[in-house]
Amino acid sequence: MNAMMQTAASVSVRDLSLNFGAVQVLKSLDLDVGEGEFVVLLGPSGCGKSTLLNCIAGLLDISAGRVFIKGRNVTWDEPAHRGIGMVFQSYALYPQMSVEKNLSFGLRVAGLPKQEIDKRIARAAEVLQIEPLLKRKPAALSGGQRQRVAIGRALVRDVDVFLFDEPLSNLDAKLRSELRVEIKLLHRRLKNTMIYVTHDQIEAMTLADRIAVMKGGVIQQFDAPQVIYNRPVNRFVAGFLGSPGMNFLEGRLEQEGGAWRFAADALSIPLATYEFEAAPRPGPASFGIRPEHVGLNSGAGWPFSVSATVEVVEPMGSDTLVWLKLAGQNFSVRVTSERAPATGETVTIGLDPMRASLFAEAGNRL
Amino acid sequence: MSTATLASPVAAAAAPGPGGPQGPKPQRRFSRRNLFVYGTLSVVAVYYLLPLYVMVVTSLKGMPEIRMGNIFSPPMEITFEPWVKAWATACTGLNCDGLSRGFWNSVRITVPSVVLSIAIASVNGYALANWRFKGAETFFAILIVGAFIPYQVMLYPIVIILREIGLYGSLTGLVLVHSIFGMPILTLLFRNYFASMPEELFKAARVDGAGFWGIYFRIMLPMSLPIFVVAVIIQITGIWNDFLFGVVYTRPDTYPMTVQLNNIVNSVQGVKEYNVNMAATLITGLVPLAVYFVSGKLFVRGIAAGAVKG
Repeated sequence: MNAMMQTAASVSVRDLSLNFGAVQVLKSLDLDVGEGEFVVLLGPSGCGKSTLLNCIAGLLDISAGRVFIKGRNVTWDEPAHRGIGMVFQSYALYPQMSVEKNLSFGLRVAGLPKQEIDKRIARAAEVLQIEPLLKRKPAALSGGQRQRVAIGRALVRDVDVFLFDEPLSNLDAKLRSELRVEIKLLHRRLKNTMIYVTHDQIEAMTLADRIAVMKGGVIQQFDAPQVIYNRPVNRFVAGFLGSPGMNFLEGRLEQEGGAWRFAADALSIPLATYEFEAAPRPGPASFGIRPEHVGLNSGAGWPFSVSATVEVVEPMGSDTLVWLKLAGQNFSVRVTSERAPATGETVTIGLDPMRASLFAEAGNRL
Repeated sequence: MSTATLASPVAAAAAPGPGGPQGPKPQRRFSRRNLFVYGTLSVVAVYYLLPLYVMVVTSLKGMPEIRMGNIFSPPMEITFEPWVKAWATACTGLNCDGLSRGFWNSVRITVPSVVLSIAIASVNGYALANWRFKGAETFFAILIVGAFIPYQVMLYPIVIILREIGLYGSLTGLVLVHSIFGMPILTLLFRNYFASMPEELFKAARVDGAGFWGIYFRIMLPMSLPIFVVAVIIQITGIWNDFLFGVVYTRPDTYPMTVQLNNIVNSVQGVKEYNVNMAATLITGLVPLAVYFVSGKLFVRGIAAGAVKG
């Protein structure tokens, strides 16, 4: 009936709800993932992102709504018949089987001819460079190798859609960044649709074509990483993305002779360069700006500047985070380490409201 | 490297001089703690082993030697006659073919009961742990309650049920009873074991297209050897040692070994042949004992099994 909507999308979720008893875990979700797109579901633990992935995979029975994969209604289909492959956080390799048997298990269950199975395993092993490991048991593999085999198990199934459930969370930081790049290369090479669940914003930012930020079983914003980073739709998204996090100044929105200003204590920031999304109204609001979008002792040319005293300096290697107080509220500025001031020094802060995000009291973007 | 460290002024100030304690802390062999621990262990060991020693020794003596009354002294003349008699010619009632009849009856009761109860209970546990069907919690609660009802309450109702279905007095009937009574504890055992396995393994198998039986036989079974060993041990010892059900639900010619042993030892006529009684008791206890020795290591591993890593 809405065939038009389904042709472009590889995975579509319509009005999907999931209740565990009285608890509503997913609330009438809609999600459309395009053909060959890499979508990341991002959110804090308990936001329902893994649950949503499990619903798409068919591992959880949904309470309401429909799931389409490749335009086919798969709402009542078994996981194996949905045309998906899945990679889990704990790898979930069958411990008693060799790598080869792990890879071929699904194909053997499906009753594929031996020749075809061998061909697919050879291809997957070549893509993932796990050929020397085929005869080993999972216990004899390192974490990174295990995860590669787990990806291989999804690969041999020759499916349209790959589902990743926090695949890198069990690995150490170094391996994680290596495999992150590998997954990105894999996506470029295979061009499959991929849906990837993570709570790691760096994984989300680096991998995704589009990110769906979730909270409380609801998708807050679904857009390209840069848009989500620069123009978050609400205060939750603004605060969740970015590390170190966005600065928020609590204050009021005021109008002075047709021009809008943001006022907090003695501070009064002119908002001439700010693009309002919704019609502004005088009242309480918060002014959010990322630490790297603030100038420190960087001369004139800022629409607004103010001086402040440095309270804490946190060197982070490539950058240094400078903490100070603005209108009595904590405020951080990110500078390159060479330009870092000393504690107690008085510095000039430069702000451009164009790069800021204003939020109403309810949290929505203004 | 180390000299460089020592040369630096900070290190030199804190540098430890020679002498003083070094290496592992020496252990005193006869500390009060050691004496207490080993003393207690020895006393308990003697307490349990002494009766066994007396039994073995007595079973290897002739009756004249037993009458001399030195129950702790080793046999002066070792004889295996009592063992042969206990096995082959001791009389219970009118039958004089020893324990051998009871032994084979017990085997015919234990083997099918163990296989049947474990086969059903493991599937039960698997279904309860992994396929959360509607009413699973209620079903499990009812099953567990069953484990707490004393057997005595059910003895007579089961007699009637077996009579009505025509199985009273037969080995099949007893096998059925043993299988059913093993169900609560075995199901609990298997459910907890399967529940401790990573859930993602089960999910991965579903994505791979394996169904209820496929996952059970190809994924779960190969990973659960330890818990099967535990179940086998619990069932073999429990069923082999059972007396109550055996005496209630079978006839004299189908009595299990325990009942027959009782009839030999407690016979009121004739001379009390202590050596035969001891040999008969030892023979009866050999099967559970052998099971423990063969699978002791696996038993401990199964009991301790919590995490199965892939």
